[in-house]
Amino acid sequence: MEHYLALFIKAVFVENMALAFFLGMCSFLACSKRVTTAFGLGLAVVFVLAVTCPMNQLIYNHLLREGALTWLPVVGARMESVDLSFLGFISYIGTIAAIVQIVEMIIDRFVPALYGALGVFLPLIAVNCAILGASLFMVERDYTFAESAVFGFGSGLGFALAIVALAAIRERMRYSNVPAGLRGLAITFIVTGLMAIGFMAFSGIQL
Amino acid sequence: MLRKLLDSQKEYFEPDGPLHRFHPLYEATDTLLYSTPTVTEHPSHVRDALDLKRMMSIVVFALLPCVLMAMYNTGLQANQAIAAGLEPAGWRASAVTAMGLGFLPGSILSCFVHGATYFLPVFVVTFAAGGTCEVVFAIVRKHEVNEGFFVTGFLFPLILPPTIPLWQVAVGIIFGVVIGKEIFGGTGMNILNPALLARAFLFFAYPAQISGDAVWVAVDGFSGPTLLARAMVDGSQGLLAADMSWWDAFLGFIPGSMGETSTLLCLLGAVILIVTRVGSWRTMAGVAIGSLAVSLLLNAFSGHVKNSYFDVPFYWHFVLGGWAFGTVFMATDPVSSAQTEQGKWIYGLLIGVLAIGIRVTNPAYPEGMMLAILFMNVFAPLIDYGFIQANIKRRAARNVATA
Repeated sequence: MEHYLALFIKAVFVENMALAFFLGMCSFLACSKRVTTAFGLGLAVVFVLAVTCPMNQLIYNHLLREGALTWLPVVGARMESVDLSFLGFISYIGTIAAIVQIVEMIIDRFVPALYGALGVFLPLIAVNCAILGASLFMVERDYTFAESAVFGFGSGLGFALAIVALAAIRERMRYSNVPAGLRGLAITFIVTGLMAIGFMAFSGIQL
Repeated sequence: MLRKLLDSQKEYFEPDGPLHRFHPLYEATDTLLYSTPTVTEHPSHVRDALDLKRMMSIVVFALLPCVLMAMYNTGLQANQAIAAGLEPAGWRASAVTAMGLGFLPGSILSCFVHGATYFLPVFVVTFAAGGTCEVVFAIVRKHEVNEGFFVTGFLFPLILPPTIPLWQVAVGIIFGVVIGKEIFGGTGMNILNPALLARAFLFFAYPAQISGDAVWVAVDGFSGPTLLARAMVDGSQGLLAADMSWWDAFLGFIPGSMGETSTLLCLLGAVILIVTRVGSWRTMAGVAIGSLAVSLLLNAFSGHVKNSYFDVPFYWHFVLGGWAFGTVFMATDPVSSAQTEQGKWIYGLLIGVLAIGIRVTNPAYPEGMMLAILFMNVFAPLIDYGFIQANIKRRAARNVATA
C-alpha cells in the first residue's frame, strides 16, 4: 500500500508530466486559456492515461515482449524466442487512439460545450506526448499491472493539476500589462518556466 | 526648498518638454518626497488613507529591525569565527581595522560595522541593478516607478548569505525584477514573489554560493553547518549537540541568510503588519497551523523511519532557517498570495505543510520555505478561482430563491 502511495505522489508531483518532463506541451499551452476548458481537458487526460497505461502494460507483457507469446499453443516451444517489442510504438498509439475516440464520443454526446471549446485538441490527445510518454515510462521501468494503473492515474492527475493551475494564472493575467511582443504564447512559455521552478521543490525527493 | 526645486524642474518633464522621456524618474522622486499631485478624477474609486506608497512603507518599516539585525549578526558570526582563530582578510577587514575597530565578538559596534561592510554592498548592488531595470522599464513602457521595488529591494538582500558574490546579487535581482515582475506589467501584476524568485534563480543556477557549509559565515576558510543542516543529518540530536541553544536561534545569533535568523524580530514585524492590516493574519496563522500539524505528524512517525530529521520538534522548526521570515514577509505578499479571505487560509496552511514536508522529506534541500511559497504562489490564482466561483454560485442560488 505504502509503495503505491509513494508511486502516486511521485507521479503527481515529483515527476509531473507537464512541469518536470515538459511532455504534452502543445495541449498544455493551447487549452489553458480558461479554467473550465483546462479542467475538461485535464479530466480527459486523466481518464485516457488511467486506462491506456495499464492496457498497454497488458499488451506489452502478454503480446510484445520477448517470450511473452508462450501461452499461444500454436507453434509450441519456438514462441520462446519471438520478440515483438519493435511493434511497441504502433500498438501503444493504437490503444491510445481507440480510447481517445471513445472519450471524444462521450464528450460530444454529454458535454457539447466542452467539445466545442476543446476543438481539435480533443482528438489530438491521441498524439499528446504525455500519454505515449507514460506508456513508454511504464515499459522502461517494468511496472506491474497495478503499478501502471496507479502511475497512469497519478501522472494524469499531475498533468490536470498543472494545466488547471496555468489556466487560473492566465485568467488572472488578464489584469496584467504584458509587453505587446510577449502577449499570448510567449508569456505563457515564461509562466510555464516559472511554474516549473515552483515544482522543483519536489525534485530530489526519494520515495 | 525641495518643493521649489522640484517645481522649477517640472516643465522639462512635461509631455512636450525636452526630458519628457524621463518623466517616470521625476514623478518617482516627487511622490517619494511629497504626496502625489494627481488623484483619480472619475467615480468608482476607494477613498482610503492607505495607498500603495503607505502600504509599502509600512512593510519596509516592519523590516527595519531585521535589517539592523542582519548587519549585527553577520558581524557577530564573522567576529566569532575570527576569535576562534581565523585570519580576517580582504578590503572589508582592512576597512574595519582602518576605523580603529577590532574584531571582538563582544563589541556591539565592531560587530555592527563589520557586518555592515557585508550587508551594505549587497544592498547597494540590489538597488543599483534592480532599480536600473525598474527605471528603464518605466521609461520605455511609460508606467510609474513605484514603491513595489522598494520592498523587493529590501527583502532580497535579507535572504542572501553574507558571502554571496556581488555579481550574483546583480544577476539575481535583475532576473527577479525583469522576468518575475516587469514582463507582467510591473507591481501588482506579477505571479510569483520577485524577491523569492530571484533567490530561487540563484539557488538553482549557482548552488555553490548559496548552499552548503561554507557560505553562512563571512570569513574565508570558515566551514560549519547551519542548524538546519545539522538537523538534516542527526535530527534533534544534532540540534542539541550544537553549541547554539534554542534561545540563540530564537533571538537570531546563528549563522544563516543575513536577515532571516531572528525569529523574535520577525514576530515584531508580524505585529506591525497585522496591526496596520498590511499583512494578512490569516496567511500567517495558516502557515503556523500547517507547519505545526505536519511536524507533529512527522514526530509521530519518527520511530518508524530511518530519516532522523523526522523527530525535530515543531518549536525548533519555527526558529530555524527562513521559516519565520518567510511566513511574515514572503507568504503575506498581497500580490502573489491568494486574495480571497478563505483562500488565504488554504494558501497559508498548504505553505506550512509543504515547507516542513520539503525540509524533512527532501534530502536535496535542508530548507523548504522558499520553494513552498513559490509553489503555492503558482496555485494561489487557482485557490482564488475556486472561492470566487463558489461565491458566484451561492449568490446566484440566493437570488433565484428570492425572486
